[in-house]
Amino acid sequence: MKTPIYFDNHATTPVDPRVVDAMMPYFTGKFGNAASRNHSFGWEAEKAVDDARKKIADLIGATAKEIVFTSGATESDNLAIKGVAEMYAEKGNHIITAATEHKAILDTCKKLEKHGYRVTYMPVKGDGLVDLDMLRDTITDKTILITLMYANNEIGVVQPVKEIGKIAHEKGVLFHTDGVQAVGKIPVNVIQDNIDLMSMSAHKIYGPKGVGALYVRRKSPRVQLTAQMDGGGHERGMRSGTLNVTGIVGMGEACAICHREMPEESKRLRHLRDKLRNRLESELDEVFINGTMEHRLPHNLNISFAYVEGESLLMGINDIAVSSGSACTSATLEPSYVLKALGVGDDLAHTSIRFGLGRFNTEEEVDYVAGRVIEVVKRLRELSPLYEMAKEGVDLSKVQWAAE
Amino acid sequence: MAYSDKVLDHYNHPRNVGSLDRNDPNVGTGMVGAPECGDVMKLQVKVDEATGTISEAKFKTFGCGSAIASSSLATEWLKGKSVDEALAIKNTDIVNELSLPPVKIHCSVLAEDAIKAAITDYKRKQEERKPVQATA
Repeated sequence: MKTPIYFDNHATTPVDPRVVDAMMPYFTGKFGNAASRNHSFGWEAEKAVDDARKKIADLIGATAKEIVFTSGATESDNLAIKGVAEMYAEKGNHIITAATEHKAILDTCKKLEKHGYRVTYMPVKGDGLVDLDMLRDTITDKTILITLMYANNEIGVVQPVKEIGKIAHEKGVLFHTDGVQAVGKIPVNVIQDNIDLMSMSAHKIYGPKGVGALYVRRKSPRVQLTAQMDGGGHERGMRSGTLNVTGIVGMGEACAICHREMPEESKRLRHLRDKLRNRLESELDEVFINGTMEHRLPHNLNISFAYVEGESLLMGINDIAVSSGSACTSATLEPSYVLKALGVGDDLAHTSIRFGLGRFNTEEEVDYVAGRVIEVVKRLRELSPLYEMAKEGVDLSKVQWAAE
Repeated sequence: MAYSDKVLDHYNHPRNVGSLDRNDPNVGTGMVGAPECGDVMKLQVKVDEATGTISEAKFKTFGCGSAIASSSLATEWLKGKSVDEALAIKNTDIVNELSLPPVKIHCSVLAEDAIKAAITDYKRKQEERKPVQATA
């Protein structure tokens, strides 16, 4: 077993060697521009792009023409939300999203608010899921778009997407979902799930960074978008710019592999995740899982280790790559807004760790990580005045803290 | 973030971890920070009645590595100092010794506050003790 061990597969994933193999010819020999219509170099590139488009569409139950290539999910989110907002401005100006969405959604919505749009940021329940009745009540005759993520990047909870899409369609509202963490990991079908637009990213599914896609439904309803990038009219006018052929080939191959191996892989990762969880819960007291375990990605675990601050825990397990919801590890110096939205107190948010398992993790690594985490949590609790007080029976919520 | 060697050393080998009897009249206890802020430091000193110097210093800290290192270092510095010398320890001394980056300066401030709180607690106990001794 080699260290450091990578358990941060929600952030990014290594490129699968099979994906690299598929991409290689398109850097040198087959380097054509897919938009070159007059020679074999262009045709070759165009065919590679079309093949990839088909593989991506197959993974999500779409047709190839419904796939628009972008630079990644952030661009896909921007194109979907701003593109719909602009195209349907005459119909209405209201957008519905949720507090636990990715910043690419939240910040895009905030930008639109500055331009006169109205956005509702729905709260979520304690398990991390949106309340469908509340969603129904939030829709007005001015609502043009609901954008709710398929699976959350921090806590891995999977939203009731099918029901959300059904509600949207009943009310004649478009439904966009950020599918970044779900596509390729759990079964996603845009028809069965009533999805109109879906953002995807290659580097979360063992493909290269810098390439993503947006699914745009072509019928019932036919979704139209105002392009946010003007130029040569690529991607049926929705996204101009020379196609990243190598990246697209890589994304296609990554999707094909996920499609083939998902049943096996998700079963294996669920077993590893559950093993990790069971060991942590059986050997440590006062650990709390954030978000529902019932509706959750098979490879995600988000746990708060009470009385142990997250950054100090990361420092102790420095041969393991994971993330924390602690303020000290974030750029904003605020604890995780996702955990806050679930009603997790700041005290526990500071102690949270996200484990993201992936294709290349082994059982041996899980055993090692569990052992290291348990050892360091125990050591840091010996150092923790809060753990000492809790063990003495002090109710920490009633203590008058002398904060700065 | 990269940690300095000294922060890593204190984190991996914290000095003077533990607790003193908070009811001992010669022990001063300082507890600063809040769990919601991600930092709580408990720092205790025991003053030798004969010499008036700090004979023991202990800490427990909930916080990042820099907070742990700052309080660990503080306990090292406190031992052998008089109460007044202890109050002269500045957060900037800790910043310099541990090479703390700007985002971690609050850890050193917390350590200074913890020292002051412990000494204040000790002094208060001594004040309370005087009339008791007089009537005894």
